[in-house]
Amino acid sequence: MNAQGFAHKYGDNVDTDVIIPARYLNTADPKELAAHCMEDIDKAFRQKAKPGDLIVGGLNFGCGSSREHAPMAIKASGVSCVIAKTFARIFYRNAINIGLPILECPEASEKIQDGDEIAVDFDTGVIQNLTRKEEYQAEPFPDFIKEIIQKGGLLKSLSK
Amino acid sequence: MGMTMTQKILAAHAGLPEVRAGQLIRAKLSMVLGNDITSPVAINEFEKAGFPGVFDREKIALVMDHFAPNKDIKAAEQCKQCRTFARRFDVKNYFDVGEMGIEHALLPEKGLVGPGECIIGADSHTCTYGALGAFSTGVGSTDMAAGMATGEAWFKVPSAIRFVLTGKLGPCVSGKDVILHIIGRIGVDGALYKSMEFTGPGLASLSMDDRLCIANMAIEAGAKNGIFEVDQITLDYVTGRVDREFTVYQADEDAPYDRTMEIDLSAIEPTVAFPHLPENARTFDQIGEIPIDQVVIGSCTNGRISDLAAAAEIFKGRHAAKGVRVIIIPATQAIYKEAMKRGYLEIFLDAGCVVSTPTCGPCLGGYMGILAAGERCVATTNRNFVGRMGHVDSEVYLASPAVAAASAVAGKIADPRTILENKEGSR
Repeated sequence: MNAQGFAHKYGDNVDTDVIIPARYLNTADPKELAAHCMEDIDKAFRQKAKPGDLIVGGLNFGCGSSREHAPMAIKASGVSCVIAKTFARIFYRNAINIGLPILECPEASEKIQDGDEIAVDFDTGVIQNLTRKEEYQAEPFPDFIKEIIQKGGLLKSLSK
Repeated sequence: MGMTMTQKILAAHAGLPEVRAGQLIRAKLSMVLGNDITSPVAINEFEKAGFPGVFDREKIALVMDHFAPNKDIKAAEQCKQCRTFARRFDVKNYFDVGEMGIEHALLPEKGLVGPGECIIGADSHTCTYGALGAFSTGVGSTDMAAGMATGEAWFKVPSAIRFVLTGKLGPCVSGKDVILHIIGRIGVDGALYKSMEFTGPGLASLSMDDRLCIANMAIEAGAKNGIFEVDQITLDYVTGRVDREFTVYQADEDAPYDRTMEIDLSAIEPTVAFPHLPENARTFDQIGEIPIDQVVIGSCTNGRISDLAAAAEIFKGRHAAKGVRVIIIPATQAIYKEAMKRGYLEIFLDAGCVVSTPTCGPCLGGYMGILAAGERCVATTNRNFVGRMGHVDSEVYLASPAVAAASAVAGKIADPRTILENKEGSR
C-alpha cells in the first residue's frame, strides 16, 4: 500500500472544527463535506488539493469534536495520507476505522514544506520527500490496525 | 505492579485479570451513545454492513440535541433518520424534542450511566461520565455502528496522569475554573492518549456538577478519559437513578502513573480561556478591558442546575449591559423545570436574558446564537477554536457561569467577585 502526491502543510492543533465546520454537519454526504474541507483554515484548499495529495500537520492533529465527518471530508477530497507529529486520539481511531491512512512522524512533520512531493510506503513506514531528496521513518501500523485497514475499515474487518 | 482505576475497569470489561498501558483489548460495552449529528453516519455504516440487529435495545442511547429542535430541513432529515432507526430496532433510550436534553447532562440524570461501567459515545464529550467513576470515552460514528451491532469496542489501554486535589474552592470558583486551570498548565495535548484520574481530599468539596464539568473537558487536554474516585457524593448522586448493580473500582496503591500533579483547589481563581485554544487560561490579574457582544450560559459543560444557580446569583437584581445578548440554555427538561421552580427563569428574563429549550446549538456554531465577524462571546462552553461559534473572525472566551453572568452585567469580561461586592449593574 502506497501513496504519492503533494503536501499541504498546516501547524499544531488543527481541530476538527476547521477541518469541517459544524455549520455543514447537517449532511453526512462525503462529497458535500469535501466541498467545505479545511474551509476555516485554508479557503483555497478545495481548489488546490489534487487526488493523491497529502496533508501534513504538527502536534495534536484532529483535536476537538469526534465528528467522523472530518476524516470523511479529507478522504473524499482525494487526500491519500495525513502525516503529523501526533494525532488527537479520536481522529486517529476514526481515520483508521474509515480507511484513511495516517502516520505519526515528527521528523517528516518538521521537514516537509508546503508543496513538496511526497511518497509513502505504509508497509515499511518510509516517507520519501522527492522534492528535497530526503527520507523519514514513521512507525508502521501495529498488526491489529494493519488488519483493519487492509480489510477496508472496521466494519468490514468485523464481518467474517 | 498494580493498575489505575481506568485499567481496572477496562480489564473487567475485557474479561482479563489484568491489563497494561499500550495493550490492545476488546471490551464489552455498558452503553453506546450517539446524537443527531453523529448517529446518521453510524446508521449509514450500520446499514451498509448489513447487521441484522442491535446488540441490546436497552444499551443504546440516541439523543436529538445538536441541531434540534430542527434548525433546517437537512437537520430535520437527520433526526428523522435516527427516529426511524430507533423505531425499527425498538431502541429504548431514544430522546427527541420534549424529552431530550443535552446528552451528557441527560444520561447521568436519567441513571443511564453508572460507576464501573464502560461507555462509548459518538461525541467527544462522552468523557463526562468519568465523574461517576465510569470509563467513558468519545469515539467516531463507525465505532458507534460497530458498538451498536456487537456490544464491543477496541481500545488501546491508556497510561494515566494522577491529579491529587487538596483544599477547597473559594467563592465564585467552580469546577470550570479547575479544569481551565489544569488545561492551562498541561496544554491541549498535555494528556494525549492518557487517562486523567482525579483523587485526593479535595474531592469532598466538589459537587457532582463540578465533577461532571471537569471530566467533560478532559478531552480538551487530549485525554482518552477523565475519571473520579467514587465517594459518598457519587453514591448519593446515583442512588435513585441507577437501578442496576454496579461495581466500584479503585486504583491500586502501586498503580503506575506517568505523572502526579497536586492541585490546591483553594489557590484556584476565576479563570478565562482566551481565543483560540482552551489552554490559553488567564486569571483576572492578566485580563484587561475586553468588551463583549454576547454571553452563552449552557452546554454539556455548564448547563446544570448549579450553573444556573451561579448565574442567577449574579443576575438577581441586576441587568445585562446594553448591547450584550445573553442566551441561557438549561441542559435538560428537568433542569429547566427546576430552574423555573426556583425562580431563576424570572430572574433571567428580568435581567434581559433569553432562555432556550435544551440544545447544543450555539456551542458548535450550529444555530441559536451565531457570531458575526469581529464579535466576542463569553461562553460557558468547552471550545474556543477559530470559527467555533460562527464567523472565523469572531472570538470565544471560555469561562464559568459566574464569570459569564458577571461579564454580561459589566458588558466586558468581569470578575464575579467584583460584581457581587460592588453591586455593579444593579437596578
